[in-house]
Amino acid sequence: MGLCLAERCISMAVGLPENVFLTQLDAAASWARSNSLWPMPFATACCGIELMATAASRYDLARFGAEVMRFSPRQCDLLIVAGRVVMKMLPVLQRIWLQMPEPKWCISMGACACTGGVFDTYAVVQGVDRFIPVDMYVPGCPPRPEQLLAAVIDLQEKIRATGTFNGREFQHRTVHMGPPRFDADELLRIKDSSLIQLGGFSDMPTGSGNPGGSSNGGSGRG
Amino acid sequence: MVELSVLEAAAGVSLKETSFRDNRRVDVPEGSVRPLLESLKNSHSFDMLIDITAVDYLEYPGARDRFGVVYLLLNTVSGERLIVRTAVNLPDPKLPTVSDLWRTANWAEREVYDMFGIVFTGHPDLRRILMPDEFTEFPLRKDYPMKGRGERHNFPVITRAES
Repeated sequence: MGLCLAERCISMAVGLPENVFLTQLDAAASWARSNSLWPMPFATACCGIELMATAASRYDLARFGAEVMRFSPRQCDLLIVAGRVVMKMLPVLQRIWLQMPEPKWCISMGACACTGGVFDTYAVVQGVDRFIPVDMYVPGCPPRPEQLLAAVIDLQEKIRATGTFNGREFQHRTVHMGPPRFDADELLRIKDSSLIQLGGFSDMPTGSGNPGGSSNGGSGRG
Repeated sequence: MVELSVLEAAAGVSLKETSFRDNRRVDVPEGSVRPLLESLKNSHSFDMLIDITAVDYLEYPGARDRFGVVYLLLNTVSGERLIVRTAVNLPDPKLPTVSDLWRTANWAEREVYDMFGIVFTGHPDLRRILMPDEFTEFPLRKDYPMKGRGERHNFPVITRAES
């Protein structure tokens, strides 16, 4: 800890008593914040179980000062998105992120939170970094607790390296950092849907040989 | 067990009965669904509606209708089960509601509407139940792509500087 402070110390040729040293306010604040992260567990799937294991006695997130899980975003500064996020949940996630006080960070935990994972369907968001800023990605399905611990340690390093007292380091992040919203395939499908609305596919087979309904309509069913 | 002739009298049309592994199934035209189900509830004590679900038969070999709607009924006194099936078609798939007969049907019909776009006339509150309210498509139709048509990416993006 003292080493981290010393890295950004201003060397001054002044006589200081023992155990007193000079540093920058930014470094002191970042050091304190990095060792007292308050996670907001946004646990929606199996990654949430690993998150609980990480906080429990065997892996003991408390060793890194991040054991105080709060279920109110107003009291947290680290959002851990653990698990897949569906379309209907995304506005909730965005609102939780906006409700957290500055300075705040976000860990995207697991394949689903990072990329959508195997759930490449109409209902699942393909990575939360498309819609909220993410500082740290944890791969794995689900990640082991050690991986989450590594992410917390890396995040602590990031905070110590870039943190400022008043959050200036966030001001330059004005552009969206995640992948583009629509890939080429998605754009094609959107184009298809407009064709359908225009009647471009009106001769597409619908299987509707008998619009009035039929008593033996299920003749072909197993 | 309710005889087929009794059911035909209730529906007013001739019905087709099939069975698969002890599941007794009755196919009924969409116009006769409501009288048949009314009679099953009121006269034959099928007091429990297990579920209403639907099947999209687009590109299904030999299928003549686009959607099949399936009612799963249970008589909790005798333990008898009955499956009532009907068929509806585009462009206006529509069935009368049974939510006044069984309260279960309220949410079950909302789910069928949400996923297949089949409208239940007379339903007290036919809103989407699973998908977001602003969703415009019916995702379990076979002509809807599994990856959607941009709906899942249609949200505001929050950058770090503005949050």
